[in-house]
Amino acid sequence: MNALTLPIDAPPDAAPRMTGAEMVWEALTREGVDTIFGYPGGCVMPLYDALPRYGIHHVLVRHEQGAAHMADGYARASGKVGVALATSGPGATNLVTGIATAMLDSIPMVCITGQVPSHLIGTDAFQEVDITGVTLPITKHNYLVTRAEDIGPTLREAFHLAREGRPGPVVVDITKDAQLGEAPFTWPERRARPAHRAEPAPALADTLGAALDLIATAERPLILAGQGIIAAGASDLLQALVDRTDIPVACTLLGLGALPTSDPRHLGMLGMHGEAWVNRAVQQADLIIALGMRFDDRVTGRLATFAPRARKIHVELDPAEVNKNVRVDVPIIGDVAAVLRDLLPRLPERRCTSWREEIDAARADSRRRDIIATPPRDGRLYGAQVLHDLWRATEGRALIVSDVGQHQMWEAQYYHHDTPRSLLTSGGLGTMGFALPAAIGAKLARPDDEVWVVVGDGGFQMTAAELSTCAQEGLNINVAIINNGYLGMVRQWQALFFEGREIATPIGQPDFAKLSEAHGLPGLRVERREDVLPAIERARRHPGTVVIDFRVVQQDIVYPMVPAGADLDDMLRRPEAGEEA
Amino acid sequence: MHLGATEASAATRRHTLVAGLEDRPGVLNRVVSMFRRRAFNIVSLNVGRTHEPGLSRLTVTVEADDHRARLLAANLRKLVEVLYVEDVTEAGAVVRDMALIKVEAPAEQRAELLRVCEVFRARVVDLTEGSLVLEATGDPAKIDGLLAVLRPFGITEMVQSGAMAMTRGASREAEKLGSLTAAA
Repeated sequence: MNALTLPIDAPPDAAPRMTGAEMVWEALTREGVDTIFGYPGGCVMPLYDALPRYGIHHVLVRHEQGAAHMADGYARASGKVGVALATSGPGATNLVTGIATAMLDSIPMVCITGQVPSHLIGTDAFQEVDITGVTLPITKHNYLVTRAEDIGPTLREAFHLAREGRPGPVVVDITKDAQLGEAPFTWPERRARPAHRAEPAPALADTLGAALDLIATAERPLILAGQGIIAAGASDLLQALVDRTDIPVACTLLGLGALPTSDPRHLGMLGMHGEAWVNRAVQQADLIIALGMRFDDRVTGRLATFAPRARKIHVELDPAEVNKNVRVDVPIIGDVAAVLRDLLPRLPERRCTSWREEIDAARADSRRRDIIATPPRDGRLYGAQVLHDLWRATEGRALIVSDVGQHQMWEAQYYHHDTPRSLLTSGGLGTMGFALPAAIGAKLARPDDEVWVVVGDGGFQMTAAELSTCAQEGLNINVAIINNGYLGMVRQWQALFFEGREIATPIGQPDFAKLSEAHGLPGLRVERREDVLPAIERARRHPGTVVIDFRVVQQDIVYPMVPAGADLDDMLRRPEAGEEA
Repeated sequence: MHLGATEASAATRRHTLVAGLEDRPGVLNRVVSMFRRRAFNIVSLNVGRTHEPGLSRLTVTVEADDHRARLLAANLRKLVEVLYVEDVTEAGAVVRDMALIKVEAPAEQRAELLRVCEVFRARVVDLTEGSLVLEATGDPAKIDGLLAVLRPFGITEMVQSGAMAMTRGASREAEKLGSLTAAA
């Protein structure tokens, strides 16, 4: 038998006949999909026509980028595969930014696109675009399906691939004739392809033994926790590891929530806008235990001087991430939950008292520069204060979806997350416009949770059209616009590295409160610190979406900052209270 | 203590990798796109069908240190349609390249040229009044050597298959496919 034949359990003649369009919905139903995000068009009309016969909720978006981000937000909030649907040509290309966002952050997602009828492929037909070609480098895998009978097995495999191992987006491009064709529906129960084509690796027992020795003897050990912990559902195991060893934990941006911030061993975020004591700890550590993270350049600063005193253990699912940026002493390739489960019973209990005291002293020292601990007495409203107040009002229990820029960093610094999947943000790609649509997806995945969008005035204007989707769906999410009238992070770089030339960063805007009201949603404007909490409380009490326009200091800077390519402890710090800014 | 990949050499050298691919449209595109996107410096690439229906075999040679070569293999393994990957650089593999070379061959040079062919075991596959076409196979260094000797005669055209590799001994493709064939 040909080794490459897809095994199909049910004989085709026993399978029910249906149209390709019906097969798509049948497949989604079998995968447990309850909500999809899409936009109709010529080459998906058969699909839409068949939709009412299936119990799947379709959210009509305002732009396909929104559909991709919503599916992404749905996946991040729930851990399930998010699904987006778009027509051929421009519908499909509009998904691209959202697909790349999901790829860089390893989010499980299936995007279904319509394609021109197969006899027109390659003719530059109306709304034809080679979307499998376009998305090749930004998907885990993609498919072009031209026959109805291939739809079931292909979608089966697509969902499997999206979830399997390191998750990621998968595109399934289905021609219109395949949707209209009729064939037996087949649904292979077995895996079509081997699970892992793993590279030859040293025995896990050897590497675990090496890791145990290092952990037992290190004097200044530090855990770097990444999103892999959250994806693997390994937060409890991380907590157990920390309880047993007392080792302090620094989180990547996407790792925030992996360990409760309220745990005294949780130090905060490391990296370009990581807290000063965290970055110092990285540079002074003699052992780095990196769990489910990939040493992104925003995390490491200059590679040559990153954690120079530390031996490094790297637990990572994807072999291609090990020894990619940072060379490590003990690579452990595997699911972080499985590895921690193996490691924990063999770990001796230990304390890190003097090491933690040293870090805590640096932390206490940093309070003198902290905008919350020592607020400026200029009566103006600062972005960081809004985030601090949002954290206080929601007691850290809201699901926050942040966009990209200064507000995103203030969120990471001042909204203290205690649970996994309570912060959703575009980390790897840094996609402005992500937050509002991703929050819509998140709210549909977790309808009982309080969802807040934290977004800048620039990012909000990129996908503000999805407010209309919010209104149509009758969703209750709240939007906090940290509005400084600038593309703030770019302006910050201009201020610090381009001699203050503010080119193309002052940005005009509509009256956001009125814009919200135009959608039938209440809009508020806040300009003073004392009005922040009451506005947040008003939004929380309102049973639908409320947009709050927080007018904050225009030319603020996110501190600390490690300039791109600098050593991690070479930080620009906020001037101490009383110092000249 | 096992130090994993840190023991690998940092020196750049020529690595030869072989991979089994599903034989279907677009697979080569995915492979090449990955090389480009990850900025791997490809020396040569050879792909063709095998005795097994549905299975293609790829040989790629790269200039890389051992770390990069391992990352290349790891990234290849992430492609869904790549069935196995092996770095055969250390494995004592047979590596062969084939070249067709057209050389200027006026009557007075012909005898000399034919002597060169004999030394390199190249075959004359076409002979006209002013030129001849040579077919040469061998490891890539032998082809390079032949080219160097032929250059003064005047090479007017050439084409090369790219290196293809096979490990020596009794190993079988089926073992490399592993669980895949087991499942079928």
